[in-house]
Amino acid sequence: MTRHATDAAVAEPPRSNSDLFGLYRDMRRVRTFEERVGELFVRGQSAGSMLHLSIGEESAAVGLGSLMRKGDTFTTHHRGHGIFLARGADPNRMMAEIAGKETGYCSGKGGSMHIADMGLGHLGANAIVGGGIPAVVGAGLASKRAGEGDVSIAFFGDGAMQQGILYESMNMAALWDLPVLFVCINNQYGMGTRIEQATKGRALHLRAQALGLNGETVDGLDVRDVRATAQALLDDARLGHPGFLAVECYRFFGHARMDKSPYRAEQDETEGRAKDPVRFARDALIGDGTAPEDTLDSLDKEIEAEMDGAIDFAIAAKQPPLSSMFRDVYAVGEAEPEPVRTRIDRILAKD
Amino acid sequence: MADREIMYREALREAIDEEMGANPEVFIIGEGIAERGGSYKVTEGLLAKYGPKRVRDTPIAEAGMIGVGVGAAIAGTRPIVEILYVDFAMLGMDMIVNQAAKFRLMTGGEGRVPFVMRTQGGAGGGVAAQHSQSLEALFYHIPGLRVVMPSTPADAKGLLKHALRQSDPVMFLEHKHLYMTKGPVPEGEHVVAFGKGAIRRQGKDVTVIAWSNMVQRALDAAEDLAAEGIDVEVIDPRTLVPLDEDMILASVAKTRRAVIVQEAPRRGGVASDIASIIQDKAFFELDAPVTIVAGLNVPIPFNLTLEAASVPQKDDVVGGIRRALHIGPLAAAAE
Repeated sequence: MTRHATDAAVAEPPRSNSDLFGLYRDMRRVRTFEERVGELFVRGQSAGSMLHLSIGEESAAVGLGSLMRKGDTFTTHHRGHGIFLARGADPNRMMAEIAGKETGYCSGKGGSMHIADMGLGHLGANAIVGGGIPAVVGAGLASKRAGEGDVSIAFFGDGAMQQGILYESMNMAALWDLPVLFVCINNQYGMGTRIEQATKGRALHLRAQALGLNGETVDGLDVRDVRATAQALLDDARLGHPGFLAVECYRFFGHARMDKSPYRAEQDETEGRAKDPVRFARDALIGDGTAPEDTLDSLDKEIEAEMDGAIDFAIAAKQPPLSSMFRDVYAVGEAEPEPVRTRIDRILAKD
Repeated sequence: MADREIMYREALREAIDEEMGANPEVFIIGEGIAERGGSYKVTEGLLAKYGPKRVRDTPIAEAGMIGVGVGAAIAGTRPIVEILYVDFAMLGMDMIVNQAAKFRLMTGGEGRVPFVMRTQGGAGGGVAAQHSQSLEALFYHIPGLRVVMPSTPADAKGLLKHALRQSDPVMFLEHKHLYMTKGPVPEGEHVVAFGKGAIRRQGKDVTVIAWSNMVQRALDAAEDLAAEGIDVEVIDPRTLVPLDEDMILASVAKTRRAVIVQEAPRRGGVASDIASIIQDKAFFELDAPVTIVAGLNVPIPFNLTLEAASVPQKDDVVGGIRRALHIGPLAAAAE
């Protein structure tokens, strides 16, 4: 990650389930970041309208993101901003990438749907439903060979539960005892199709169990539940018992920014949005006296300022030059490249 | 000292063996490649030498295994995924086209996919429509992929060794009728870099460009025509991406006539693109239209007579060369 020299004050992820304040802070950062992504679009500063917000799904991102450690890898679906941010991404460089700018994580060539960062183990967001899933099986093979107990996690939505590639991938992960976790963020909608219209069998974890994986479903309302369930599965995955976790939540907004959700009633949305993991955590912090409301208010304001800064950073950043067009299509003049593992180790050593 | 002669499949095995021996990150997965040794016996003996962790049988799940290979490459290893027939790679096209080919660019150059998909194509022998195709044009069309088509045992070894040392996703397309062919292959270190063609026969009257199994057919046609005093140059680009344009254009500038031979159907093929490159960059060097000899625009029929008629045979190549030399009926269509 030497090409970019931005320094973000990235908060330390929570280290335990009892740190609800930390978990709340991370979820609030995801929520506010996504709201600012929406703002970037409204201001005409996002490069395109293919922006898929994960508002309502923060407990999955933070529950898992706070458990990942250095050396772990992951892939995400197209709705993955929150996961990457929860894993420790720099919001400035994320926002710059979403704006298609040179200082973005992928030099403006990946965008919201393809954001990646080898240094943080992000092996790529994907615009093909299910497309990133088998890569974690490959990364699991690599990890098993290295023997460090690093786990590789595939994040995807309920839409991918109906793709064949998921079953090929889970089967091989179980067959070969790989340190892999499959995480389905079930926000109830595959684009404009509600899960009831997509499948008869909605106890999703049973499918994984049938293939010999550990399988669980957890309600995404309380991030502590998500984190605890994920922790058990991850611990087992590190030992070579792959797992599957479905996190039940609700997609607050449309599929993408242009989608006004004509396929669902206002009442459904109201009921769905009542299941808000960020507000739930906030109420719990106030309710049990952990944090007074004004403390949370000032934390929220700090986060808003941070994410406003990300927008400013993105807007001020340069467009990639046209001369970068053919860069990074092929390795040019790279007959004997540095071995990739050495390269990743070198990059990882820097953070 | 003359090189010993070994078979194409043995040369491939030697390349895999040497690279696995030299680099612990190289491993191979595929259907029936370990205990069975592969349907074409390329991987025979590797399981005993390197063990089941590095020579691994997979379930019959092509999309999954290609995706696993891509992921393992991204994560820092050097997988070879053997796909039994190129026809079966169609199940994994998302992984090849949308994942592997674009990863470097989508990550702004941070990501690498040192992934090699070995597979084989080609017609002959009555294996019918779903086991006979030449699909290189599909991969050739996709920026980000390397497309390699060795025609000799020595190139099979040298190009595969190079494929396992570079960092782009490689479509390594073998030909089922070349596995048992023999030729001289250097022992030990022998690497053939991508993008450098080979002149298989020197000539001054006409340039024939051919790859994979069509190289031998072009050489056979050249031999026939030599008896008539026609001096044919045969060029084998060896890799289609990158393509050795310099060698092709230099030869065309010398002979002033070009014939391109491909086994794949004519429509939308690599030959058409090479023809367009020649007309674009060497139009005023040409004394005749560029001629294409290609497979017919049909699925490969099972019946052996129909099958043979659907892909270029030696006489078709001879006919194409005659047309380029204005010998025989000018108006004869390519197919």
